[in-house]
Amino acid sequence: MRKENIFKILLAGLFVLVSLNLNAKEAEKETTGKIDTKTGVKEFVEHHLKDSHYFTFFSDGQQSEHYGFPLPVIIWDGGLKVFSASKFHHGEELVELDGNYYKLYHSKIYKTGPEGVIEYKENGFPANERPLDFSLTKNVVAMISVALLMFLMFWALAKNYQKSSIPKGFSRVLEPLVLYVRDDIAEPNIGPKYKKYMSFLLTVFFFILLLNLFGLTPLGINVTGNIAVTFGLALITFIIVQFSGSKHYWKHIFWMPGVPVPMKIILMPIEVLGMFTKPFALMIRLFANMMAGHVVVMSLLGLIFVFQNWIASPAFFGFTLFISVIEILVAFLQAYIFTLLSALYIGMAVEDHEDHPKDHSEDIPVV
Amino acid sequence: MVGAGLIVIGAGIGLGKIGGSAMDAIARQPEATGKIQTAMIIIAALLEGIAFAALFAV
Repeated sequence: MRKENIFKILLAGLFVLVSLNLNAKEAEKETTGKIDTKTGVKEFVEHHLKDSHYFTFFSDGQQSEHYGFPLPVIIWDGGLKVFSASKFHHGEELVELDGNYYKLYHSKIYKTGPEGVIEYKENGFPANERPLDFSLTKNVVAMISVALLMFLMFWALAKNYQKSSIPKGFSRVLEPLVLYVRDDIAEPNIGPKYKKYMSFLLTVFFFILLLNLFGLTPLGINVTGNIAVTFGLALITFIIVQFSGSKHYWKHIFWMPGVPVPMKIILMPIEVLGMFTKPFALMIRLFANMMAGHVVVMSLLGLIFVFQNWIASPAFFGFTLFISVIEILVAFLQAYIFTLLSALYIGMAVEDHEDHPKDHSEDIPVV
Repeated sequence: MVGAGLIVIGAGIGLGKIGGSAMDAIARQPEATGKIQTAMIIIAALLEGIAFAALFAV
């Protein structure tokens, strides 16, 4: 009886979450015509997908009111300069600091002259110089809070094990996930040396999972849909794979045994290329899945306001809800796939000297 | 636009083949359903990765 109630509460919470998205959009509804709605929708979608120096909860397009708080801007331009992003006034004002002028243009900071002029190159992009930007933007704040959340969760889990071998509380949710990563992702793929890599795999799995789930909320945090973030994660995987490669691994890339010499020379560049394309594919897969999912959900939400009649809007609302639930599945799946493929590449790198080819048919993880 | 349609056709055919083979395999050996499902999901995710990446480039 209690389980069913909890399920109903969770489902109601999910509905509330999606309707909060609609409330955020409500403030931008224009009544003057379809063209204004379309630009309003475009701004809404961009606000969700892009990084920014403000943490905006929702904004009112008609009165240009933004409800949120500005984040600190930390730039290195000869010296370290820290100031609040509220000085930019959402890109309208020019900030003057020690004789340098900074302008916020399309969420990026450029150095300009005293007039605040942005010069363009031939391809349409700004030609102004940019200072090194280390600011705490929305994405950075989200990543830091997810890191803190993960630390708290796992610290509680570890402390729980000191009292009894059966954890209580939220650790009961974490324990099967951790065991799943250990028994079905790490151990079958890496082999007997899996303990060294467990911390990395657990971190990657929960980091990507929590960031994906954060992106589904109406706060407009789209971290894993940012190719720089996924590039960092794939780079870490790449470094770990290369540094834990045994002699056997490098031999298989550059001078594979059991193959005639002309074939070795032909296959070597392909293998080297494969060394780079595998983490590259990891990066693109996570980025494209998350970005595409967010674009679809936000566009469908916008469509509810483009068609303003009694039949189309509820239909689009139902469709958006359906797609949002699928996005939850995609969040879990992408985290699992990233972790699984990382474990697979690490396993290939640390494989020991094998005289007889191992039978790999038993290595498929069991659900 | 035509490119996007082609990409979706490719993804659809690929996923259909995976699903079909998975169904045949489960029909032959129902006790291996777990393993087959897992492998199917993995391959589906890889295929979707390519499809989305290409869709994005277009």
